[in-house]
Amino acid sequence: MIRTVVAVTALALLGACTPAASPSTTPSTELVVFAASSLSDTYTSLGKTFEASHPGVTVKFSFDGSSALVDQLKQGAPADVFASADRPNMTKATTGNLMSGTPSLYATNTLTIIVPKGNPVGITGLDSSLDGKKLVLCADGVPCGSATTKLAKLLGVTLRPVSEETKVTDVRAKVESGQADAGVVYVTDAKASGSKVDTIAIKNADQVKNEYLLGVVATSMNADLASQFVALVTGSEGQKALSAAGFALP
Amino acid sequence: MIRPALPRWLAVPAGLAAVFLAVPLIAMFGRVDWLHLPTLLASPAAVDALWLSLRTCTASTVLCLVLGLPLAMVLARARGKWATAGRILASLPMVLPPVVAGLALLVALGRRAWLGRHLSAFGIDLAFTTAAVVVAQTFVAMPYLVVSVEGALRSAQQHYEVVAATLGASPTTVLRRVTLPLAAPAIASGAALAFARALGEFGATLTFAGSLQGTTQTLPLEIYLARESDTDTAIALSVVLLIIAAGLIAVTSVFSRVRGATS
Repeated sequence: MIRTVVAVTALALLGACTPAASPSTTPSTELVVFAASSLSDTYTSLGKTFEASHPGVTVKFSFDGSSALVDQLKQGAPADVFASADRPNMTKATTGNLMSGTPSLYATNTLTIIVPKGNPVGITGLDSSLDGKKLVLCADGVPCGSATTKLAKLLGVTLRPVSEETKVTDVRAKVESGQADAGVVYVTDAKASGSKVDTIAIKNADQVKNEYLLGVVATSMNADLASQFVALVTGSEGQKALSAAGFALP
Repeated sequence: MIRPALPRWLAVPAGLAAVFLAVPLIAMFGRVDWLHLPTLLASPAAVDALWLSLRTCTASTVLCLVLGLPLAMVLARARGKWATAGRILASLPMVLPPVVAGLALLVALGRRAWLGRHLSAFGIDLAFTTAAVVVAQTFVAMPYLVVSVEGALRSAQQHYEVVAATLGASPTTVLRRVTLPLAAPAIASGAALAFARALGEFGATLTFAGSLQGTTQTLPLEIYLARESDTDTAIALSVVLLIIAAGLIAVTSVFSRVRGATS
């Protein structure tokens, strides 16, 4: 029995080992950017641009939910730049004296409906066509969920989701796989899903905007380099990349 | 029999290991907002999640017993390469990252999947239901029952079974009156382990069943969600989960001691 328990435990441990961010060798200078998950595609390509114009600099990203990133910053995680996907989380960071200077607003995102390719159940918008359908939303409390609640209230509709996800990418995945009939995501997510889904615009969606802010982290050892990265994102090149991904510019 | 003593230096790494395992768990107890604990745990979302977890884990443990026990008995007797393949298959979900288990279930039983489409034709739609949670939990928990029962049966001495058979008992009678009673402690501890694993199930549920309060949002999913906005609730619920899990592990160790004493 003991041997069984040992084997069971060993196997369980093995199962629990999902790949984590692996430490790597330190080059001459490393710029660490904490950014919201919805920024991953755009920021990754902007990071390459930054490396190309700054020889000897490596840009490292940690993409996660904004509130998880703020928690990590509070625990003293070493980061140079923090980019939040909403204002409340950036406010948490500034009131906690985690940022140096005032973070800049550089992009906004709005909500849209996505449905599996061909719109099999005939969704027409954030309206009664969703009744009785398998609708997946972000949970209230995460930025995209709070925005969804606000927009539904504005439009005077009651939504009855079958699932409330913690991450917007989980909403996407459930619509892409056809498990869900419809999901409410950011315009940028709909764009990233590409041809796997159809997009159905929500009336008055532009009245609920998610604001993207970024700034230099107070404890940054490379503050100069960090502000150059911020300048790249807020500058013309960054704005071009952001609007290509579906972000609106403030 | 008196065993020779262990070398004394072994106490140092053993102590380090114990500290390593204990510190994070104790730290969590330190972070609990004890004053508001009753209020935190009484929130509708927390109560729903706890109740849902207990119901689904009971259901999946019963399923593990009904299906996993026969599998364990067959595997314990089987020999040859098919038996080896069976054993590997039966323990595979144990080592899969939970999200992989969820994807596997989605590809097999999702609404677009072959099997899922056929189930839909019979009016069975698993997507986003409590049943989907039970399926996910059973998938990841059953190996724990199978592996521990199979191991116990294989190492058990067979003379009682042989005697019963020579006295004219039918195979079913031998199973019911001899094999199962002898394996009872292993079955009980295997079931407790399976329950504990089902209770901790997270990734497969999130991927396959979704997350809705009262329907699919089990305790680990509620903790994950609460962490986004309300760390205190997340920690309070984590402590509840920890206490239940500790109780279950205590049950398994009691039963393995019973087994050790009788064999």
